[in-house]
Amino acid sequence: MRSRLNSLIDALLPVLATLAALFVGAVMLLILKVNPIVAYAALWDGAFGSTNALAETLVKATPLLLVGLGICISFRGDVINIGGEGQMIIGAVLATWVGLNFTGLPGWLTILLSMFAGFLGGAIWGGIPGVLKAYFRVNEILSTVMMNAIAVQFMNFLLRGPMIDPAQAQAASQIPQTARLEEIFRLPRLAPTRLHLGALIAVILAVLVYILLWRTTLGYRIRAVGQNPHASRYAGIKVPRYMVLALLLSGAFAGLAGAIQVFGVNYRMITDGSASGFTGSAGFNGIVAALFGGLHPILTIPASILFGALLVGANKMQRVVQVPSALITALNGLVVVFVVSSEIIRRRRQRRREAVAKRDDETPLTGNKPISQAEAGS
Amino acid sequence: MISDLFTVTVFVGILASGIRLSTPYLFAAIGEAFGQKSGVLNLGVEGQMLLGAFAAFYVALTTGNLWLGLLTAMLVGALMGLAMAYVTVNLQAEQGISGIGFYLFGLGMSDLLFQKLMGTVETVKGFPKIHIPGLSDIPYIGEIFFSQNILVYFAYLLVPIAWFVLNKTTLGLKIRAVGENPDAADSLGVSVARVRYFTIILGGTLSGIAGASLSIALLNVFQQNMTSGLGFIAVALVYFGAWRPIGILGGALLFSFINSLQLWMQVLSIPVPSDIAVMMPYVVTILVLVATVSKVRAPSALSKPFERGD
Repeated sequence: MRSRLNSLIDALLPVLATLAALFVGAVMLLILKVNPIVAYAALWDGAFGSTNALAETLVKATPLLLVGLGICISFRGDVINIGGEGQMIIGAVLATWVGLNFTGLPGWLTILLSMFAGFLGGAIWGGIPGVLKAYFRVNEILSTVMMNAIAVQFMNFLLRGPMIDPAQAQAASQIPQTARLEEIFRLPRLAPTRLHLGALIAVILAVLVYILLWRTTLGYRIRAVGQNPHASRYAGIKVPRYMVLALLLSGAFAGLAGAIQVFGVNYRMITDGSASGFTGSAGFNGIVAALFGGLHPILTIPASILFGALLVGANKMQRVVQVPSALITALNGLVVVFVVSSEIIRRRRQRRREAVAKRDDETPLTGNKPISQAEAGS
Repeated sequence: MISDLFTVTVFVGILASGIRLSTPYLFAAIGEAFGQKSGVLNLGVEGQMLLGAFAAFYVALTTGNLWLGLLTAMLVGALMGLAMAYVTVNLQAEQGISGIGFYLFGLGMSDLLFQKLMGTVETVKGFPKIHIPGLSDIPYIGEIFFSQNILVYFAYLLVPIAWFVLNKTTLGLKIRAVGENPDAADSLGVSVARVRYFTIILGGTLSGIAGASLSIALLNVFQQNMTSGLGFIAVALVYFGAWRPIGILGGALLFSFINSLQLWMQVLSIPVPSDIAVMMPYVVTILVLVATVSKVRAPSALSKPFERGD
């Protein structure tokens, strides 16, 4: 009973962190001479106020969830993947290429092949930093950031050159975009809104990632390497291999997110020259969602919906009270800072519980006591 | 034409703009090096730079005083550093992730302020070129090294100063001790918290200057997300330079020379797709990281929160 209460309080910490961020946001709104209640009401209305709004929120949440699932895998393996943006782009590029070229096949088969291509593209783009980390000791935070920059330029090059929409190639405007996917190659919609099959795929994959991480040997090993690489090595686990796999899988999910963005929402790739022009920063916001969900695939579902709602609602807020939606980017940043900062409360509570448990029954807990983060880090 | 690349004028131009382009990297990376030497990984550099760039630009635009702009950028950077220090030292938050949080905050906040306070892209007259008497008259050398804006000279002065502070002073010794073995440093009476506060705030201040060097010295405009990954490159350069100021200088120069070469190739309309050319500095950085990183060791306590009495 008490342990359930304790875990409930722990689970509430991210919610409190979000409320704190929204409070800071309210102060900022006041400084901008905007009534925060009106602004937040507009935000809520924009995110949940109608069937369409709700559908948009879910559409926005889908790539966050997919990227977040990858983040759950890599962060559990103690590999920090900041490369979601680039992995989404490469996944989308490969998927789009398949969708535009394999036009002789039945629609469902081309879609399936495209989704696989997206998965593969992301896996390659995540796998490279994985290999660099595992075998050349190159810090993955840096290499994934570099890979983002490379992916953006690669996308710009393809969309201005080899993959440009034939119509645009002849037009004077030369808009850097690919041709549109034929209708039979698009992901079907689920309702008379923009909500598409991709959202459902993402939720199913969340369950699969949960099974992968906690019910398979592969998942167990990835987590073991993340918690204690030295012990894992002594236990006979090939640590470098699982580092690569963690990043590769993480990238694959981001790649799929990119593919689904093309096949479910835009039906083509288009660039404004920056990464966020295509990804909508989902590669970064997916990290935020996964952290918020405590790196748990199932909890990442509501977390993604929350951040999807914030992003969609921000547009409405911008229209109603003329506050740039950039405010929400700033608040997302604060949520991250507050969530990781609130970890200390969880750790302290846990330590106190352990101390109490130790005092209560005199058997020492040394054998299999949960490793707190501070200890795992030292 | 490709043969245009091999004229003296172009060559001097490439070197001169390479030197100029390296300033933001130098400020940000040396600031980051101080933090990492003391055991703190700050991934929020990009956000600090963006806010610094905006602050400097806005103040310079409204008051016409570039120095006041620079000072504001330093102050904003220092404040961001202070927040980062509180979160990573007192609250012992995961450094990599909280850094991403600070990055997103700076990205959103600078964009918000830009849209609310300015709305459109404007330009300022940035720090002018200073011709050092005598030296700037030396053919070629003068143009490359001695006809730059004041922040370029500051950046290059910072390299030996940082080296001296880190290696030849008590403060530097404390910083390195805290980054290598905080427990030992603590038992010898060095305040780990105070040293880390100092390095993170210093890092933030230098990131602020780095941002200002973009908005009021190099480009003389402010735009949303104008750093576009520059702050992350600065973090990479610290690894690249093996935590030594001179190594960071080497990395910053290599990166900016390739960048400058790429810009000149576009100017001379050499038939290489510009997107591919822009990609080059990143590819080279990864390759050099592969070649060098496995030979050097990071500060032992890097990115580990310190807790007393464990």
